[in-house]
Amino acid sequence: MSAAVVRRRLGRVGLNLAAVVVIVCAVFPVYWMVNTSFQPGSAVSSPTPSFWPTVFTVDNYVTAWTTGGLLPALGISLAVTLTTVVAALVFAFLASLAVSRYRFRSRTSFIVAVLIIQMIPAEALIISTFRILDGWQLLNSILGLGFVYIALVLPFTIWTLRGFVAGVPADLEEAAMIDGCSRTGAFWRITFPLLAPGLVATGVFAFIQAWNEFIYALVVMTRPESQTLPIWLRSFVQATKATDWAVVMAASTVMAIPVIVFFLLVRGRMTGGLVSGAVKG
Amino acid sequence: MTTTLTPPPVALAPAADATPPARRRPRRTFTPFALLTPAVIMLAVFIGWPLVQTVVMSFQEYGRPQIFGAPAPFVGLDNYIAVLSDGEFWLVLARSLGLCAVCVVATMVLGILIALMLERLGRVMRFAVSVALLLAWAMPALTATIVWGWIFDTQYGLVNYALTALTGTDWSGHSWLIDPLSFFAVAAIVITWGAIPFVAFTVYAGLTQVPGEVMEAAALDGAGAWKRFRLITVPYLRSILFVLLILQIIWDLRVFAQIYALQTVGGVRAETNTIGVYIYSVSMASGDLGAGGAISVILVVIMLLISGFYIRSMLRQEETA
Repeated sequence: MSAAVVRRRLGRVGLNLAAVVVIVCAVFPVYWMVNTSFQPGSAVSSPTPSFWPTVFTVDNYVTAWTTGGLLPALGISLAVTLTTVVAALVFAFLASLAVSRYRFRSRTSFIVAVLIIQMIPAEALIISTFRILDGWQLLNSILGLGFVYIALVLPFTIWTLRGFVAGVPADLEEAAMIDGCSRTGAFWRITFPLLAPGLVATGVFAFIQAWNEFIYALVVMTRPESQTLPIWLRSFVQATKATDWAVVMAASTVMAIPVIVFFLLVRGRMTGGLVSGAVKG
Repeated sequence: MTTTLTPPPVALAPAADATPPARRRPRRTFTPFALLTPAVIMLAVFIGWPLVQTVVMSFQEYGRPQIFGAPAPFVGLDNYIAVLSDGEFWLVLARSLGLCAVCVVATMVLGILIALMLERLGRVMRFAVSVALLLAWAMPALTATIVWGWIFDTQYGLVNYALTALTGTDWSGHSWLIDPLSFFAVAAIVITWGAIPFVAFTVYAGLTQVPGEVMEAAALDGAGAWKRFRLITVPYLRSILFVLLILQIIWDLRVFAQIYALQTVGGVRAETNTIGVYIYSVSMASGDLGAGGAISVILVVIMLLISGFYIRSMLRQEETA
């Protein structure tokens, strides 16, 4: 073997070792969360950690569910998030149609405004938002938080959907119109089906944003019975951390699962595409 | 809601078949505005209006009495003067900038290295790394922070256990979150861990666009790996790297959930506040909405200054697209 071959082989080994390190670093916290959540509390609060659940139990999930108050928080989170996703998709879809299918004055200003709004940190608006919702008797209400979230996810949803709408050539619609479709008919029969994947992807991202949102929920949902999942989880940690990490990890897992599943669903396609594209060269 | 919003295009559509261009023109100008209305209303009421309120409030004396209904007198720049002459504010700002700098540099460097690694890996390994990165990316910031808090737990945390086993000295009972410096070290790990996947995937996507022939030609001409990276890859990726950098700065400067949740797990609030958490504690906990408003406005200005570059480059992309 020549020196060059040896060096290349060593390079390969080093590269794969680095890859393993990256995999371990990326996955380990997620694994540790799930691992802890399936262990009995006594095993978790022991001087030697067990690296897999030697005594497998779902008690922590039952505890979080029944005594921890996870269920009501889950319900509120689902209600707020689904409201947000549906309304944001409809509004953003209409707006993205306007932006990508029509040329009109102030079109560029709208796009710039959407971009700028995305840069305004939520922290800067929480106080005023609190006061406004307070004035409208919308504190601690799913509707109030829903309104805020719709506005919050809109810039991003408009931005992404705009890309998808622009990706469907308007020629297709025009062709259908020449064949006798009305403009609306052409849109619903030709363009809309082609947009479905875009709508799904955008909806998933809106879901994740609303599901994970923390600051507004912290300020707007002040009553314990109207807490969303993140707020509930945080106060649950505050109340129990040193005593029951296993239950905290079970609750964390419940909150993370929908996001992870959705993420793998949408982004899996993306990386899949990246991988196959790269393999094809 | 849907039914009330869709009518404009439906109602106007039949006219299109009957009459050609002449009657289309006015519709073209009206329809887009109708389509934009719901989004614009939501953004105006729930982003624009609070923003205006925040700016107004930053010029008012707005404390506990005003929360309970007393009139809020205008005090000019008093809130700004009070905030800017408060040492605490500068300390918080410096802390935020420091944390942001560390996280951004770590995220960019590691993200780019992982992207370069992804490009060179075999198919199976590349798939495995992608899935692993996706998992880290998908973890909600709050749950990720709580999990890391558990890993760094004082009593039964894995880190203390591992350090005890590795170094031979007893680390059990070592509290990572009490000391501000190690608190921010943990925070930086949490933030960077969550941010790397996005950078790695985006840079990797950019790398696949670099033409292989150019690289091969450069290799034949005797350019080493570093030279090829610096002279070919970086110029190709320049705009992607630039946008990523700005986005990371924006995101890391306004980090909230991670800091707030870490403070919950342990940590001394006053010594570990970053600017977002500081606004929350000044206005919601201390009840000084005027000062909170002033800090908020300052933060927005900082953000817009940074994002000005981002917005400009996005618009340039928009034009070339």
